[in-house]
Amino acid sequence: MELVCPAGTPASLHAAVAAGADVVYCGFRDATNARNFPGLNFSRAELRDAVKHAHKHGVHVYLACNTYPQAGAEEIWHKAVDDAVAIGVDAIILADIGLLRYARDHHPDARLHLSVQASASNEEAIRFYHQEFGVRRVVLPRVLSLDEIRTLNQRIQVETEVFAFGGMCVMAEGRCSLSSYATGESPNMNGVCSPAAHVHYEERGDTTVSRLGNFTINIYDSDEKVGYPTLCKGRFRAMDKSGYLFEEPTSLDVTAMLPELADAGVSALKIEGRQRGKAYISQVVGAFRTSLDRIAEGQLNARSKLSTLSEGQSDTTGAYRRSWQ
Amino acid sequence: MKRSRLVMGPVLFHWDEDRKKDFYSRIADETDVDTVHVGEVVCAKRMPFFDKHLPDVIERLQRSGKEVVLSTLALVMNEREVSQIRDIAQMPDIMIEANDISVVRLLAGQPHMIGPYINTYNEGTLSYFAEKGAKRIALPWELPMSSITALCGAQTAAEIEVQVFGRMPLAISARCYSARAQGLHKDGCRYVCGDHLDGMDVETLDDTPFLAVNGLQTLSSHYLEISDNIAQMQNAGVTAFRLSPHSLDMTRVSDLYRQVLARKTDPEELRHRLKEMRFPMDFANGFLHEAPGAEFRQKHAQQAE
Repeated sequence: MELVCPAGTPASLHAAVAAGADVVYCGFRDATNARNFPGLNFSRAELRDAVKHAHKHGVHVYLACNTYPQAGAEEIWHKAVDDAVAIGVDAIILADIGLLRYARDHHPDARLHLSVQASASNEEAIRFYHQEFGVRRVVLPRVLSLDEIRTLNQRIQVETEVFAFGGMCVMAEGRCSLSSYATGESPNMNGVCSPAAHVHYEERGDTTVSRLGNFTINIYDSDEKVGYPTLCKGRFRAMDKSGYLFEEPTSLDVTAMLPELADAGVSALKIEGRQRGKAYISQVVGAFRTSLDRIAEGQLNARSKLSTLSEGQSDTTGAYRRSWQ
Repeated sequence: MKRSRLVMGPVLFHWDEDRKKDFYSRIADETDVDTVHVGEVVCAKRMPFFDKHLPDVIERLQRSGKEVVLSTLALVMNEREVSQIRDIAQMPDIMIEANDISVVRLLAGQPHMIGPYINTYNEGTLSYFAEKGAKRIALPWELPMSSITALCGAQTAAEIEVQVFGRMPLAISARCYSARAQGLHKDGCRYVCGDHLDGMDVETLDDTPFLAVNGLQTLSSHYLEISDNIAQMQNAGVTAFRLSPHSLDMTRVSDLYRQVLARKTDPEELRHRLKEMRFPMDFANGFLHEAPGAEFRQKHAQQAE
């Protein structure tokens, strides 16, 4: 399985290449990608240098252009696709149908991948993107179970890539407006979720309150660790009970299931976290490289040493095992 | 001015069979909505309860002169759900609303609708769907007015539809949050989503109404109410206006919106009437104004924008 690693900066890209990535994915410094955070992402010149460096080391580079172009401003996204092709990236990761058609019409030889933001969760949807736009790989939404992924791979002709480590959407990606409901900014339109500019923390008596826009996302007692107020990871009240209504603050880690994922026909593993620093990238990429190499040598018991790096210090295999089914 | 199309969207909640049958009978007999959506959008597990009544309901609505549209699931995940949507796509004599891309492939070339769960954000995507046979395209909830205007300006053959009333669907998941809230697994959910006619109210820990959980779906706590912008939308080229069904008297709600569409009732008056029917009812229209979707911008503040 190919190891696809994130880079939010040229330094992180170098770290990922050095740590054993097969592929590094990144985005341009604007609203065309789903990690549009201040200080993150690549200028055109930086991407050109990054591709040169990666290719010298036998590593591929994918460009994520996976937000939904704004009506009246589609040229910004068209230009991003044109520039990525001119720079020579190895694949472009897209979600929007209009943009997929643009890429197919203007760059028929470009390798197109379908972003998780398109939320293609079944064989008919994947067949659609393959037949209409020649998409060659689909990044699967994090709602599917291992069995569903196995069945899917038997029925489709394109490669599949699954999320292996990092932050986890509990909602179908690309179909969630929770962030913009509270802040006015969304993954689809702005490339951000629960953005930091709308986050604030307040002390109330002995508690710390985390807020997103005008809404309280969590209230922590003095002995609790305060977390970032990602909306779907908050604590709320329903039917007179308080708790993590959607998901405990956990991170995804599939290290323990790598052999099963390979057996299910998965082509590539994606590590989330273009917003993370290079030390994190080195550690996570290095650990996955080691695990994948061990599995390739026939040692099946890969164990994760990454739990201290996870959000909320707790790991989950997410929807793959469906413990809540 | 051409008469706007008034649409009754699909029932998103797990109402029992009698309530749903009664709802459709009243919509058929007592309203002048032009189009009525039927079908299950949220959870495939609910389908067997009402599927057996669908042919009668459809016939009743059609006999009353309503256009009937069959809406499909928003999230299609497994073999069984794929075969369900294949069956639906082959149904004769009824317009289908695709809420997942899988359905679009199956419907290509025949008249159909693109639902609001499909991401139509720009002219390129809109044109693609129109060329493939979409007759009407319902836009996603988070689009600002500037995008709606630009999409109408694209002048495709497809009609443009916008939701004007009701809680806004914000997210869909594989996981059931109604079951989770009651400590149940999805497979043994006991259909507890049906306990809440308009979704299970979710508050912040400091008591602010925030969201509403409806099985796999999460909606806004606030009710979308955008009648202040209806005239502007009509002028821009929006031709269809969707009401999302709730447990209050939807025949009265549809009458009120018909009045606003015909510019015979003031939006302030409409909101006053809605609050008489249900209090508290918080309104929101923030998405239209590139503001948090939960906010409500007053008309005079909008004019200052």
